Amino acid sequence: MSASLQKGLNALREVMDAPIASFFSSCVHCGMCADACLFFTETHDPKYTPIHKLEPLRRLWKRDYTLFGRLGKLLGLSKPLSDEELAQWSPLVYDSCTLCGRCSLACPVGNDITYMVRKMREGMSVAGHAPEGMISATKRTIEIGSPMGVKLPALQAQIRAQEKETGLTIPIDVQGADYMAVLSSMEIINFPEYLGALAKIFHKAGVSWTLSSEAFEATNSGIQIGASDIAREIVLRIVTAAEKLRVKHVISPECGHAFTALRWEGPNLIGRPYHFSVVHILELLDELRSAGKLKTVGKEDKPLTFHDPCQLVRRGGVVQQPRTLLGDVATDFREMSDPGILNWCCGGGGGVSANERADELRLTAFKRKKTQLDELGVHTMVTACANCRIMLEDGLEHYNMNVSVVGLTELIANHLEE
Amino acid sequence: MDAMQLLLWARGPALGIAFAIFLFGMLLRLFEIYSLGRNKDLAPPRSHSPGSGWRTVVMRSFSAKSMLKASMLTYVTGYTFHIGFFVVLLFLLPHIELIRSITGLHWPALPTPFIDLIAVASIIALIVALISRVMNPVKRFLSGFGDYLAWAVTLLPLLTGYLAYHHLLLDYTRMLAMHILSVELLLVVIPFTKLTHMATLFIARWYNGDWFARKGVAS
Repeated sequence: MSASLQKGLNALREVMDAPIASFFSSCVHCGMCADACLFFTETHDPKYTPIHKLEPLRRLWKRDYTLFGRLGKLLGLSKPLSDEELAQWSPLVYDSCTLCGRCSLACPVGNDITYMVRKMREGMSVAGHAPEGMISATKRTIEIGSPMGVKLPALQAQIRAQEKETGLTIPIDVQGADYMAVLSSMEIINFPEYLGALAKIFHKAGVSWTLSSEAFEATNSGIQIGASDIAREIVLRIVTAAEKLRVKHVISPECGHAFTALRWEGPNLIGRPYHFSVVHILELLDELRSAGKLKTVGKEDKPLTFHDPCQLVRRGGVVQQPRTLLGDVATDFREMSDPGILNWCCGGGGGVSANERADELRLTAFKRKKTQLDELGVHTMVTACANCRIMLEDGLEHYNMNVSVVGLTELIANHLEE
Repeated sequence: MDAMQLLLWARGPALGIAFAIFLFGMLLRLFEIYSLGRNKDLAPPRSHSPGSGWRTVVMRSFSAKSMLKASMLTYVTGYTFHIGFFVVLLFLLPHIELIRSITGLHWPALPTPFIDLIAVASIIALIVALISRVMNPVKRFLSGFGDYLAWAVTLLPLLTGYLAYHHLLLDYTRMLAMHILSVELLLVVIPFTKLTHMATLFIARWYNGDWFARKGVAS
């Protein structure tokens, strides 16, 4: 057995816990998870059935963690996991799963399949079976500081541009501010207007906030690739910076996986609770709105809809806030089919967007979103995740669809009371 | 062994052995699960929601409309079979009598012709489920020996019960013995196949509901 395979198997043994054992014990092979997964519904290929993506993990559990499996192993009735098998599963675990969590809501016996895929990636990455694109993104995060290779000067340039645009100061490294905002590099490169929107909203609402020059990148490719040690390092950068500046809250940006990484996985990765709280920008906007500090004027009259980012809504619990906020600035907000916690993924979450190997499959899976949009006939889609936004724009362009995508925070900023 | 001897053996020693294997097997499976433990979640929950695991234990039986639509046949056969099986098991007079003789507990029975109808519905649901398992590409792809074994040992008690009640195929005594033996076969097989889900699904649903609720989502 190769050393990397041995390490991979050890990593898989490391993640084996009571929930996983209860999930594998309960699966009745009913196939409903397939009907909940966009990679199956848009391809009709049974190999994309979510529970099947975990077959190597299930075999390891059966062989090593059940009495019958162990007996079978002693008698030579079952084959050990091989490197080839893991390599064969790499596209299933990485390309055809965005960790969107829809199957975990569909499973009649209650299996959190998404949780298991996340855990299985721990073993896959150590065994050397993560896709090239995700490995590079993770390397860039460690070496340069961001998965897209964004460095501080790039951020500083965008800060200057947005300061000029808004006529406001964007604070950086302010000790004792209430809030520290972090960004995704997609926002720094593709959607810098998010930063300007924050400046405008916080100025109006009188929120004391800052950026940090030491930790401005919120995305965490360590979690997507399944490398807890790297994920821990990335989270620690933010934690260290926030605790150094002694802020009370850290604002997770419009990026779903960044929120999952910081809000739900972070404390578990570093082994302790934070000395600050993590709040998603939409949660904060909703709070400011309730406190009467966020007043908007004028409404969009064109019909618009909302794409629910999986990690923010289904796996993050920020369900009502975007709808309340949209209600303030739109007269004709229309829900697409399966809105809220049952909405369909953009196809590029969970690291799929960084994985070029998956591009074709991702665009095929996008047909699910296309169907939802075609049914609705609305030409403006609001969302609250920069990654979703890029993936949606890519899919819309690929299928020549006349739909524009808007970030919710920017939309709110455009309607601020002067 | 004549029919009466077989029946006596089935009702006596065999039942004890089957129950013992069932109990041992299920306790083993539960031990296999819980002995693995799990890490404490250090992320503060969105809100304290005690009982959320239990909520999902119950509510996962009632799916969202769009999920229902997507897997209609599986739901219909699943509901029909599961409800039917437990109605027959718990509300047929001879079953209640048996439970009473062992535990002293008893409750009113449902009219036998009604139970008969339910049994037929359950058998039909199981047959449709099997056809679907063979014809549906996903189910066929996922299925192995264990799935078909589980199907067969689940069908047998319903089928033999029906045949015994209607005095079909074999004489009543022999068919009744077959019925009891088929139940014992089911008991013995449950802990070592996917039929274990009869107990572990509550654990799985509980974890699912607990996690989702910590994040503020009712699953």
